[in-house]
Amino acid sequence: MAYEALAIALVVMCGVGTYVMFLSTLEALRATQDAYYREYRFADVFVSLKRAPESLRQRILDIPAVDRVETRVVAQIRLEMPEFAEPVTALMVSLSDSEPHGLNGLHLREGRLPVPGRADEVVVSTPFAQAHELHPGDHFHAILNGRRQALTLVGTALSPEFIQQLRPGSAFPDSKRYGVMWMGRRALGQAYDLDGAFNDLALSLRPGADAQDVIDRADELITPYGGLGAYARKDQRSHRFFSQELEQLGTLASLFPSMFMGVAAFLLNVVIGRLVAMQREQIATLKAFGYSNAAVLGHYLKLVAVIAGCGIVSGIALGVWLGQLLSGIYMEFYYFPWLKFSLQPMTVVEATIASLLAAGAGTVLAVWRAAKLQPAQAMRPEPPPHYRESRVEKLGLKRWLSQPTRMIIRHIQRKAFKSALTVLGIALACGIILTGLFQRDTVGYMLHIQYGMSQREDLSVTFTDPTAYRARFDLLGLPGIEHVEVFRTVPVRLRHGHLDYRTAIRGVEPGGDIQRLLDADLRPVDLPADGILLTDFLGKILDVRVGDRIVVEVLEGNRPLREASVAGLVKEYLGVSAYMDLAALNRFVHEGPTISGAWLGVDSAYLQPLFSQFKDMPRVAGVAERRQEIRNFNRMMDETMLFFTYVATVFAVIIAFGVVYNSARIALTERGRELASLRVLGFTRAEIGYILLGELGILTLIAIPLGLWLGEWMCYYIAHTMQNDLFRVPVVLVPQTYAFAATVVLISAAISGLAVRRRLDRLDLIAVLKTAE
Amino acid sequence: MTDQEQRVPAPRPIFEARGLTKVYQMGEVRVDALRGVDLDLQAGELVVLLGPSGSGKSTLLNILGGLDTPTSGTVRYGDHDLTVNDDAAMTHYRREHVGFVFQFYNLIPSLTARENVALVTEISDNPMTPEEALALVGLAQRMDHFPSQMSGGEQQRVAIARAVAKRPQVLLCDEPTGALDAQTGVMVLDVIARVNRELGTTTVVITHNAVIAAMADRVVYFGDGRVVRIECNAHKKAAAELQW
Repeated sequence: MAYEALAIALVVMCGVGTYVMFLSTLEALRATQDAYYREYRFADVFVSLKRAPESLRQRILDIPAVDRVETRVVAQIRLEMPEFAEPVTALMVSLSDSEPHGLNGLHLREGRLPVPGRADEVVVSTPFAQAHELHPGDHFHAILNGRRQALTLVGTALSPEFIQQLRPGSAFPDSKRYGVMWMGRRALGQAYDLDGAFNDLALSLRPGADAQDVIDRADELITPYGGLGAYARKDQRSHRFFSQELEQLGTLASLFPSMFMGVAAFLLNVVIGRLVAMQREQIATLKAFGYSNAAVLGHYLKLVAVIAGCGIVSGIALGVWLGQLLSGIYMEFYYFPWLKFSLQPMTVVEATIASLLAAGAGTVLAVWRAAKLQPAQAMRPEPPPHYRESRVEKLGLKRWLSQPTRMIIRHIQRKAFKSALTVLGIALACGIILTGLFQRDTVGYMLHIQYGMSQREDLSVTFTDPTAYRARFDLLGLPGIEHVEVFRTVPVRLRHGHLDYRTAIRGVEPGGDIQRLLDADLRPVDLPADGILLTDFLGKILDVRVGDRIVVEVLEGNRPLREASVAGLVKEYLGVSAYMDLAALNRFVHEGPTISGAWLGVDSAYLQPLFSQFKDMPRVAGVAERRQEIRNFNRMMDETMLFFTYVATVFAVIIAFGVVYNSARIALTERGRELASLRVLGFTRAEIGYILLGELGILTLIAIPLGLWLGEWMCYYIAHTMQNDLFRVPVVLVPQTYAFAATVVLISAAISGLAVRRRLDRLDLIAVLKTAE
Repeated sequence: MTDQEQRVPAPRPIFEARGLTKVYQMGEVRVDALRGVDLDLQAGELVVLLGPSGSGKSTLLNILGGLDTPTSGTVRYGDHDLTVNDDAAMTHYRREHVGFVFQFYNLIPSLTARENVALVTEISDNPMTPEEALALVGLAQRMDHFPSQMSGGEQQRVAIARAVAKRPQVLLCDEPTGALDAQTGVMVLDVIARVNRELGTTTVVITHNAVIAAMADRVVYFGDGRVVRIECNAHKKAAAELQW
């Protein structure tokens, strides 16, 4: 009984462990986020604009429900980091000189804030400082508004506005090449000719305020100043990224623990059922002595409570430990000043109740069946079981089956429900492994599509402002550049009926080879001379089909309002965009031939010289190397995915072991006498081992394909819940993943089977000569 | 000895036991199950081992059947030394040479009568067919019934068919009528006697029912771990003549 109890306790432990792990992480991250936002006054509404006079501030503040307004200067800058040749960009944000407790406050990790008015002092985001091993007192240069300027790092800090720091247009964090930094408001304003003016706003609202109303009113006020449209916190990039991460975590928190609890309930049911069956006589004796059914039931419930209790206590400990590990992983990708990790009592209570309910459900029925027997009836041995020919044999396969094989098949059929549950349990184990691995496969596939088939440039260059088309030829003239494709990016709001979405239209040259748009079947799409192409997911968001007309509100320049027809949908897994022919886009926004950047095919030997040449080109806002992006991403995935793969595999092994070991042990108690009789008749250990374990072998072999299918389904479920406008996850599983899952399950099943097989050596052959069933 | 003498040995008993003792250590209690048993069993004879519970007859049967080894002494089955504690060899011995009949039949409930017999014939070298074996015990009509569909007597006859189908040299029956009423018991004994007579199988029947002794060639009386006496029946009774 000890090992069976251990197996059950382990499965309960996994269930409680995953529940506590996911929920405690979720709670920790939510609590941390809440506290951080509150303490550091994270703004509620954000606005970007071209340039507005400081006097506009009061008019914004007069909007009902607006609590505080902070005007800011925000700029994309280029940096020259000592001992790092590659291009580095940063977002420079102004800090209020007069209000030390302004919105989006900084959490200083090192040093101090810049002295007001000092144009050479900056605070740098901690991850960037760490990536470059920068400390207060270190110096580097930046290009501010086309002017090279020496900067001194006076502090490192984190901000609730940037818990996640992604370069615009990039899907993966890269603290080495992108950072956030802060400078005093006056100094930065002067650098960007925004003295007494601003180009960014952060607002906080009074409790209960209607954010949309404030956004509408603010938009009215800022439109004349080149406003790009106000947006609420829920659309703020860093916040959105993190919120969606939490949503996904919530999905996993609801999926996995319930599977473990289901398996635990099943195991308890079969083990307690068998235990009760073996103790029929004791139960009858107790009842004969006058014990009530309730007292008998109570006895077994206590036993189950002890087993489940061990699982619960160890599960909570495991869950807290794993939760801390998992939170730690999140803390590496999301930047918080601290982590508020605490185990909520409700989590413990919920996990305990769920486990006890699962355990109780598994027990009550089995015990009740035994308890309701009359004592005299219960004291007699159970009647011999009835068998009949299996369906497989009736199909005409009978003559091909040996007697031991017939025994196996008939036993499976007679205990069809229990066999089905065993299959389901093993299948779940198999499926869980797939879910732990599929993200890795999927990400590999996404990278292949994104960077192997669609974005195939070596470098991408973006300009500080829309630039004349002839810049294309300047680029082509640089040594090492073999191929140039230019693009134009225009921020827009797309509308279809009551639906709207803020994104950018990218104008690209037709017939491009570096940058290709793909259709649903991943074939390159020809760019239409007219009309607009949308990412398929954007099509869903706006509920448009090919041929529909949408309204395009251009968010820059003189902001024309136009209409365009949807010429097609393109497949993209990252982000949502719209595409047009470059010339058509320029006509569309009433501009001459201008470009925002270019994709370059580069001879790799010239990469380093090109980097330094770009540094000397003030109009170049940033340079990104795709290969580097992929490397960054793989590094990030390795860390997180390894954790999930490891946890999922270990838990799956525990489930497989729990199910197979318990099933085998029960089969051994149920059929020990039969097997011993066969030994007496001259069957070898291997032959009776086949009869005992063949059944489990068959069930495992049925379970594995089922489990792979179930796992795929779980992957689809997870992928579906992860679908959002930042990224869509296709379900891709490579053959090796299936093979790995199947192998892990087979090996765990084999080991647990062999553990029971060893007991066959200790069968008492003499006892069976004498004892009745 | 000359080569000639080695090749044509004098007729020897099928079982030769000399000075057999068996001691079980049950916790702190020492139980002497056999205290020096000498016994020869001849090929083809039907021997009844008779004695009260704990007299050592089952222990001897277990040793003869290759299920247990003696603490001291020797026991040979033809050329086989049965004192060797080698599981593979003993399994092979049981498989090739011994048929067992249990008190509680020990049929496989998931297999029909025919399949229970086939279970053994599938792993034997020169078996009779399951149908022949079941016909021998008078169950030709019930071959496709499952154990749960048969009476105790029928189940025991299936068990006998299963034991003899591989044409063993030895048939060991441990209280074969112990779980049956007298009438059914007689029927089962009749089958055992027939197998002994028609197939020439050396048959050992354990019982504490003295009436059964009358059908044996020889009766070995056990008491307190020893052979108390051996009697030969000048006139064996047919099973049908037995009553209890």
